[in-house]
Amino acid sequence: MKTLKFTLFLGVILFGALNIAFTAEGGYKVGDKVADFSLKNTDGNLYSLANIADQKGAIVVFTCNHCPYAKLYEQRIMDLNTKYAPLGYPVIAINPNDPAIEPEDSFVEMVKRSHQKGYEFPYLFDEGQEVYPAFGATRTPTSFVISKRGDDFYVEYIGAIDDNTKDATKVNSKYIEDAVSALLKGEKPATSFTKAVGCSIKAKK
Amino acid sequence: MLLHLLNFWILLFAPQPTIQQEVPVYSFEEFEPMLHRNTDTLYVVNFWATWCKPCVKELNYFDQLETKFKGKKIKVILVTLDFEENLEKQVKPFLLKKNIQSEVVMLDDPNSNEWIEKVDPSWSGSIPATVLYSQAGRSFYEKEFTENELNQLINKQLKNIH
Repeated sequence: MKTLKFTLFLGVILFGALNIAFTAEGGYKVGDKVADFSLKNTDGNLYSLANIADQKGAIVVFTCNHCPYAKLYEQRIMDLNTKYAPLGYPVIAINPNDPAIEPEDSFVEMVKRSHQKGYEFPYLFDEGQEVYPAFGATRTPTSFVISKRGDDFYVEYIGAIDDNTKDATKVNSKYIEDAVSALLKGEKPATSFTKAVGCSIKAKK
Repeated sequence: MLLHLLNFWILLFAPQPTIQQEVPVYSFEEFEPMLHRNTDTLYVVNFWATWCKPCVKELNYFDQLETKFKGKKIKVILVTLDFEENLEKQVKPFLLKKNIQSEVVMLDDPNSNEWIEKVDPSWSGSIPATVLYSQAGRSFYEKEFTENELNQLINKQLKNIH
């Protein structure tokens, strides 16, 4: 019995370690080079890193129509673009969800939403569901600040937009703004990784 | 006709489902001891929200565990991540409608960047998510369960501690 218990205990530890390894391997870490992607934008055109070749970087946000947490951040995402696109860090929004599971997140609904709200940034559809795993996104919303060095883009910040989903007026730390401000000054973001509650990304079954 | 009347009376006096208990609203600091009780029980702590479809789908599977494993030392805690302002008009009616009998607490703490890590270092923050712990060990699942999967897992875990 003792041996059994010990084996199970080991199993739990091993499983835990595997879990951590899996999370760490799944997707970009801060400092990693961003692989190019080509996704359909709500304007009907394909969008890739070539579209931001003349920018200093970008704020990539995995978001969607249906998730209440994404909705709570929608205005803040629009504001980020208004503030930082002129400074060389435009927003790129990507919907990673499978519309077969979440019909509100279909391409047609994305087009409607971006028109209704007047998005002034691309809203891309990760139809093949290969881009969100490359980034390592697991929930909406999740954001990545990337910056350009030479011809390539590198990950500078991964995580939440700020530290209060519910109430934008009670935010203490504006993680994205702080990260982009630092980059604009030629510095590294002081906080480069944060976590937040969000909707699980709906993967094809 | 008489039969119908009888049915009516039976319905009228049939025991009503228990009224859902109060749902305390906790900061993470207040909630944290629920993740670290040191007794001979298997604790099943499920993080969910009314707006999360996969969570809602599996909630009854969790709620039924204490009945299904009656006589075993198992305790289910359903932790809703809905916001406090939705407690009365959304969460409580939902719990009544689903006839949820397990203990429900609300964790409404904006500082998720700090507390997600303390629930489990491997948790990215998406829900559903579930912690199982007992004196035999602790495991964490950032995933959706089928009813079978969950029952098998609980069965296995209960064998570990008894």
